[in-house]
Amino acid sequence: MPQKPKAVALISGGLDSLLATRVVMEQGVHVEGINFYTGFCVEGHTHAIRKKDRARPKRNNALWSAEQLGIKLHIIDIIEEYKDIVINPAHGYGANLNPCLDCKIFMVHKAREWMEAHDFDFIITGEVIGQRPMSQRKDTMPVIARDSGVGDRLVRPLCARNLPPTLPETEGWLDRERMFGFNGRSRKPQMALAKQFGFEDYAQPAGGCCFLTDRQYSVKLADLWATRGTREYDLDDIMLLKVGRHLRPRPNFKIIVGREEGENRFLEGYRKRFVHMLPTSHSGPLVLLDGEISPADIELAARLTARFSQGRDAERVTIEVNGKGAATHSLDVVPLPTDEIPAGWYI
Amino acid sequence: MSATVVDARHLLCPLPVIRTQDAVEKLQPGDAVQVLCTDPGVVHDIPAWCRVHGHEVCDINEQEYEIAISIRVGASGS
Repeated sequence: MPQKPKAVALISGGLDSLLATRVVMEQGVHVEGINFYTGFCVEGHTHAIRKKDRARPKRNNALWSAEQLGIKLHIIDIIEEYKDIVINPAHGYGANLNPCLDCKIFMVHKAREWMEAHDFDFIITGEVIGQRPMSQRKDTMPVIARDSGVGDRLVRPLCARNLPPTLPETEGWLDRERMFGFNGRSRKPQMALAKQFGFEDYAQPAGGCCFLTDRQYSVKLADLWATRGTREYDLDDIMLLKVGRHLRPRPNFKIIVGREEGENRFLEGYRKRFVHMLPTSHSGPLVLLDGEISPADIELAARLTARFSQGRDAERVTIEVNGKGAATHSLDVVPLPTDEIPAGWYI
Repeated sequence: MSATVVDARHLLCPLPVIRTQDAVEKLQPGDAVQVLCTDPGVVHDIPAWCRVHGHEVCDINEQEYEIAISIRVGASGS
């Protein structure tokens, strides 16, 4: 038996992982947190980009949870390894391009690697049977433990009494009776436990912590894959899907239109990678062109750029066209009328 | 002794935190780190990360579009 058992907790920033960790800490276990960054995490990105959101209070909820618990939090970049989960999920996708079950298996597997490398004894998650339709079901709980390779060193303190005893219980490190038997989608038991522990101002569920659960985001990612003919992506690809209006006027290219100053500034960071446009006779957005672009496409993209500028009602708008390292030139174009932009162009 | 510089400009949180964490792992208690960032979220996230790991935030210098955060590595390392 270890002197003092050590556990690593998967901290998402939500209430369940906060509570599950605290339940185990109450039993004298040393706990440290781990949080994985996939590139699709919702946590604060769009708020950081859009100027109008900059005044909103910002915090990383996983770090906030760690502070509440008084534990260390290790944030791990898994962007590269995670691609295979997104592209080839063995258990398929949920309602959108969310590979929730494979994601959970992968994260528990990575936590196991961390546990073994740091000589910890078991893993904690905030899972609750019946809480999520894809990854937190009675039948998927053993799949996660088995396929991650963690087996009986995986403890779910919030629903432990509904599951077979784990190693920490049989070894006497944890008292099963001091854990819980939560079940289903109700949040009331968790809210009552949060009150008991004195947790306030915890993160409220707001449609998931991952962009892949978002329908609009998934449509944009599917469009990216379909038009490129490959599912490979890099971090810039998936970041750009979170920013601006995306329109595909022709199969060979799309445009990304900054919606406000913060997004324009963010898109400026990509000027060397994309052909891009900017109105000069009127104020307006920075527009990136993504794809194989012909001279005829340039004119159409310029007219679209003019449409989203303050010169949308002017007779002509001057658009600066910048190649990827090529010379800059200007075009005077007639803004494309709104009724000539099919709804199907918007991705 | 000069500070280790972490260039996290044009990265969005939590990547600046991760880059800082990776740099600090290689350093000794008392060492200095300067993190350069553009995401305004770092003003909250890096100090929060420092608090949970016992590092000291010595200075936060916010310019219009760039932020420099100076850190002193704490006794427990990473």
